[in-house]
Order: sequence, then structure tokens, then C-alpha cells
Amino acid sequence: MKELMIGNRAVAAGLYDGGLGVVSSYPGTPSTEITEFLSEYNDIHSEWAPNEKVACEVAFGASLAGARSACAMKHVGLNVAADPLFTLSYTGVNGGMVICVADDPAMHSSQNEQDSRHYAIAAKVPMLEPSDSAEAYEFAKSAFELSEKYDTPVILRMCTRIAHSQSVVETGEKTPAVLKEYVKNPAKYIMMPGNAVKRHPVVEARTQALREFAEDCIYNRVEMNSSEIGIITSGCSYLYVKEVMGDKASILKIGMPNPLPVKLIKDFAAKVKKLYVIEELDPVIETHVRSLGIDCIGKELFSALGEFSQQTVAKVFGRETVQGITADSDIPARPPMMCAGCPHRGMFYVLAKNRITVHGDIGCYTLGAVPPLNALDSTLCMGASVSGLHGFNAARREETEKKSVAVIGDSTFMHSGMTGLVNVAYNATNSTVIILDNSITGMTGHQQNPTTGYNIKGDPAAKVNLEELCRSLGINRVRVVDPYDLSACETAVKEELAADEPSVIISRRPCVLLKYVKHEAPLKVETDKCRSCKRCMGLGCPAISLKDGKAKIDNTLCVGCSVCKQLCAFDAIV
Amino acid sequence: MNTKSVMIVGVGGQGSLLASKLLGRLLLDEGYDVKVSEVHGMSQRGGSVVTYVRYGDKVYSPIVTESEADFIISFEKLEAARYSKYLKRDGVIVVNTQQIDPMPVIIGAAQYPEDVLSQLTAKGLKVEALDALSLAEQAGSSKAVNIVLMGKAAKHFDIPYDKWITAIEKTVAPKFIEMNKKAFDLGFSH
Repeated sequence: MKELMIGNRAVAAGLYDGGLGVVSSYPGTPSTEITEFLSEYNDIHSEWAPNEKVACEVAFGASLAGARSACAMKHVGLNVAADPLFTLSYTGVNGGMVICVADDPAMHSSQNEQDSRHYAIAAKVPMLEPSDSAEAYEFAKSAFELSEKYDTPVILRMCTRIAHSQSVVETGEKTPAVLKEYVKNPAKYIMMPGNAVKRHPVVEARTQALREFAEDCIYNRVEMNSSEIGIITSGCSYLYVKEVMGDKASILKIGMPNPLPVKLIKDFAAKVKKLYVIEELDPVIETHVRSLGIDCIGKELFSALGEFSQQTVAKVFGRETVQGITADSDIPARPPMMCAGCPHRGMFYVLAKNRITVHGDIGCYTLGAVPPLNALDSTLCMGASVSGLHGFNAARREETEKKSVAVIGDSTFMHSGMTGLVNVAYNATNSTVIILDNSITGMTGHQQNPTTGYNIKGDPAAKVNLEELCRSLGINRVRVVDPYDLSACETAVKEELAADEPSVIISRRPCVLLKYVKHEAPLKVETDKCRSCKRCMGLGCPAISLKDGKAKIDNTLCVGCSVCKQLCAFDAIV
Repeated sequence: MNTKSVMIVGVGGQGSLLASKLLGRLLLDEGYDVKVSEVHGMSQRGGSVVTYVRYGDKVYSPIVTESEADFIISFEKLEAARYSKYLKRDGVIVVNTQQIDPMPVIIGAAQYPEDVLSQLTAKGLKVEALDALSLAEQAGSSKAVNIVLMGKAAKHFDIPYDKWITAIEKTVAPKFIEMNKKAFDLGFSH
């Protein structure tokens, strides 16, 4: 049946129809839906792991046991999973193994714009890159055979536009999931120097064999048209090229960016007068083409920054583009913001009010950085708030220990914050860490995690007790506050900063968007009492605005959290 | 048929994803090649959201660029102006006249240009404005703004009325079908 599917759903369907047995992932936009869709199948094992390294290792273990396995993550997640990846290249697989990674050119929802193709090259594993949902399905499904045939994990590279675009997919027959025999094989699976040294030549030989495979495989194809212009392209760039050039240019479409073919490229280049390489982000294909001694036009015309579009291609090839019509007024930006009633807001208000240096982390609460709160000082990567604070305090000691904190969400703390907290206790800085526990993985769209008490299917699961965990890690001072209670937050922050030992404040209240969270009646402003002091406006709540100089609360947005009411000195909010 | 391009724009949380799902399904059933592109993540948190729907005999790019959209369906006034440059000169903007202040306006750092639709009309763009929120409330729920707007936009597509109704029946939860059909009719006859 023909269906419209987002790329991520097509990947899930492809993996499942390819005989998947086990999937383990950590959520990350734009990769999350792959595993969410897979969790709907009841005859496979699916799970949210605490981080991508764990997920990748779980997939390795499942492969070793003989199952076809997968893990999925966003591009920066592959940094976390890089450790197992590089040695998985040496061990190879038993059951086929696919690592799905989703890049985010233009950084719609990411902290950097890294190009995952470098990982495939560095780890010496094959990588597939689909251009639409139909290819996402086919590539995911066939990746297991490639993995088993060449005894290697396979990386399936998505990007935001492919992952989150719906296009037509016609699914095929399902390959039954089978468990291959497990045979103990220390020389292959125990990577200590004496064994690894014998595996490295195997890896090199495999790359050579895969390069030969790349010369004539289903993933790379030539569309021969004009001999004037030849374009080597891949992923969504292929779509933009086709949109603009149709059959007016010859195209070498690369669906396997690693390893890249040699003869195929040389032959193609020889048949065209002018050769272009059009790829988003880094010049990976271009560098390879140039290494073959072939001249081409690439990054001098097609930027290494952001996403392309059909317009990017049209401009280079002199196609007419028409300027659109705009209004004369400046159009104010509409940045994302914390929701009305967001439990993070109260704590951020207290931190900003007391001019505390705040080391931030990855999640909805990164939005504490935007006006009017402007509460954050740094955000680097998952877990860096805690370890960064420790380093900050190690450098400046008492000067900063008494006025700096880290803020980190419950899921991010599980991911990689707790190792930083161990370091705080073990290497003794007087640091204060605030865990913003909203009982869910929020920004990626509400996934369960080890602190919520539920697994990926919503079934009850073992629940990490954050208070006990922090104490076990060596923190004696652990306290819980309700972020809807501003004075309790302020007291907790001041007392823990003043204390002469490290401490953890758990700021606990479930995300206001969770279905089980009951909302209070909306508040309203008694206009005659409002003195226009604008104190409530300092919260940056989308439900509060000014009308004729007085505060006004939008009753369709307000959930009655009462944080603004606590701020009002004139009892105007009721 | 050459590829046609539609943009559905609004504010995170307004239900534009359901509108694109409905339209995509309908166009697929009509036998077109269809691509629908959306961006998840940060944009869901009250930010500006945009979804592209493209259809035709064979669609390559999933996204819409400047001066390429045949229609823009905007869930909010300011968002219509934010994306107007994507509209073809002879394109149509269907817009809900609702005003939702963005944070820079709320905190007083920017002004909301209230006459923004007349600015666009003055420059020759075809703007079809309606108070979709009131019509949705009349149908039974403020959440049906998306279906009201689809009703208003429907006459610009070469798709029979009955097919729209069938698509609504297939897309929304059973208990909301009647309410959504009413919302569609209010938009359609507006």
C-alpha cells in the first residue's frame, strides 16, 4: 500500500521489515521518531537507553547474540557513541547492526552543525544516505544484509529534511527476524591489543572490498543526460538538483557516502565537460574527487553552512529567481519560549534575580537563556553544566562557588550529568547543582527515562530515586523544592550556595504539557489594583502581556501556576 | 502537472501539523505525488512554525523557496507577513486574523504591526482574511481553527467537497468528526 511517511517512520518500517530484533536509542531531534515508531511493534525489543553510548553497546550485544539490531541518535549523540563505534568496526557483527544518525544542517534544534560522514570515514564503516522516505525504507531494510555480508556495523545517515519530510513509500515483504547462532570467538570479540592488531588488517581489507562494492551497487547510480554539466550529489541535495536541472544535467547520485567509489567517479567525470559536487555541510565527496586528481566545482559555490534548497542550485546555474513581496513594517521575531506554567520558569526567575552565574545544559531549559530571563551563562553539550561548573569553580574557588550553579534536566542528568556530579564530590569543589526534574524528557517530545518510572511502552519500570542517587555519588546536601514556590526556591538557592560543601537542589514538578498534569483555573488581573510596575512581565510568561499599560492574562494559555501572583506586590493577580 | 506549493504557517501549538496531514493525505488519494515537510523540536515551544506541502506529477524538493508558493495558509496575522515573500505574485494567502503576540512584543522590545495585512494587500498580494477563531468556537471548539482554515482554502484546490469531508473523517478522532465537519463548512462558506 502506498503511504505518506516521514523519513523516520520509513526507517523504522525498513528496519522492522529487515528483520530487526532489538533497538536501543536515546531521543534526539531529528532522530527520535525512528525508535518511537519501532516501539509500536510488540514482537521486537525496544527501549530508551540512558545515553547513546549505552544504546550503541546494547545494539552491539544484541548483534553478538545473533539478532539484527539497531540504535538511533542525533548527530551529536554519535559523539557520545563514538567509543563503541570505533572498536565495533574491528569486532564486526554477528547479527546485522545499523546505527541510525540524523544530522541537523541549519541547526533547527541543535547546538552544532557537524557532518556525521566524518565518523564513517574515521571508523572505517560503510554509511548509507537516503534522499527520501522510499529510499529510507529500502536502505534501512537492506542495510542488515550489507552489515552481515561485510561483517561490519552500517551507519544510516539521515538529515532533518529527510527525517521529517513525508513522501510516498510502498512497503514490501518482511524478512523474518531470526537469531543467528552465537559462537564464542575471543579473537574477534575481545579487543585487547593482541587480538585487535590482527583485526585492523581485516578492517582495511573490508574497506577495500566495500569500495569495490560501491562501484556497482544499488545505492549509487548514474543518470546520464547532457555531457555539458555533470553533478555528483547525495541526500537532499539530490532533490534540489533534480528540481532545478531535471534531465538537463547528468547526475551521479551517491547513496553510499563511505566508502566512495573510484572508477565510477572517474568514468562519470570523463563523460562530462564541467563537474560539480553539490553536498550540504563539509566537502566530503569533493575532497575524495579531488584526491583522484579530478578537478571539480564544489564549496566555492555551495556553502559549508546550513541547508540548501532548490534556490541554492538555481542561483548557481543562472536560473531566474523572483523576489517575493514583504510588508513594510519590521516583523518581530517569534522565538520559541518556555510554555505558560513551565516549572523551569520559577527557578530561573530566582537565579536571574539573584544574578547567579548559571551553567546550562541541553533541553527545554536552554530557553532560560532568552529575554527577559537571560538566566544562562553557558551551554555546551549534554552533561556539561555539572562538569563545567566544577571546572569554573576549580579555577576561581570561593569567588564563584558562592554565586554559581549548574542546571540540568532529569533525563540529561541520567544521560551524562551524574558522572560530572561524581567528579564534583570526588575532586571537591563547593559546587551547587540544580536538577530541573520535570519527570520527562521534554524538548524531544515527552519520552520516558530512568527517573520517570515508566519504559518506552509506558509500562511501569524501575525508577531511579534522584535523592538517593545523589547521596550515593557523594553529595551530603540534597534537598527538593517546588519551582512554583518562589520563596522556597530562593531560600534553597541561597542556603546551598552559602553551605561549605557541594549540594544538589532537585527542583521538582512535572512538565505542564504532560497529560496527567491537572491545570488550575486561569488567573486574572484586577485592573484597578494593577500599578503597571511590570514585575510580572519579568517572568517571560507567554500568558501575560500589557494592555493599556496594565498586565493582562490570556485565559486560554494560563494554567494557574501562581508564580506571577507571588510576585505581585499589590495583590492585583487573583 | 507542474508541482504546486503550499505553505502552512502559524505558532507552535496551533494545530498546523494536523492541517498538513489532512491535506497530504487528500492529495495522495487524488493520485498526486506528494511531499510534506515539517520541522519538529525547538519550534514547537510557541515559536514560528512552517510546514510545506508540495504536489504534482513528480515532486523532488520537499521545501518551498521565495516566490514559489501558490498558497499560504496562515494561522496568525503576523506569520502571514513573515512568510509573504514565499508567495508567488499571483498566489493567495488565506489568513486567520487572530493576533498572538510574540515574546519580543510581550516584553515591549518590538511592536506588533497591526495593519500588516493591508500592507500586503496594498502591494498587490491577494489576501483572504477571516476570523477563524470565532468560527471555530461557533463550531464547538477553539481547537478547530485549522479545519476552518482548510475549509476556506479548499475552493482553491481542484478537489471535490465530498473528498474533503471523507479526509476529515479519516484524519480526526471519531468523537470530533461532527464538530470538525461543521468547522470545515463554516470556513468553506465564509
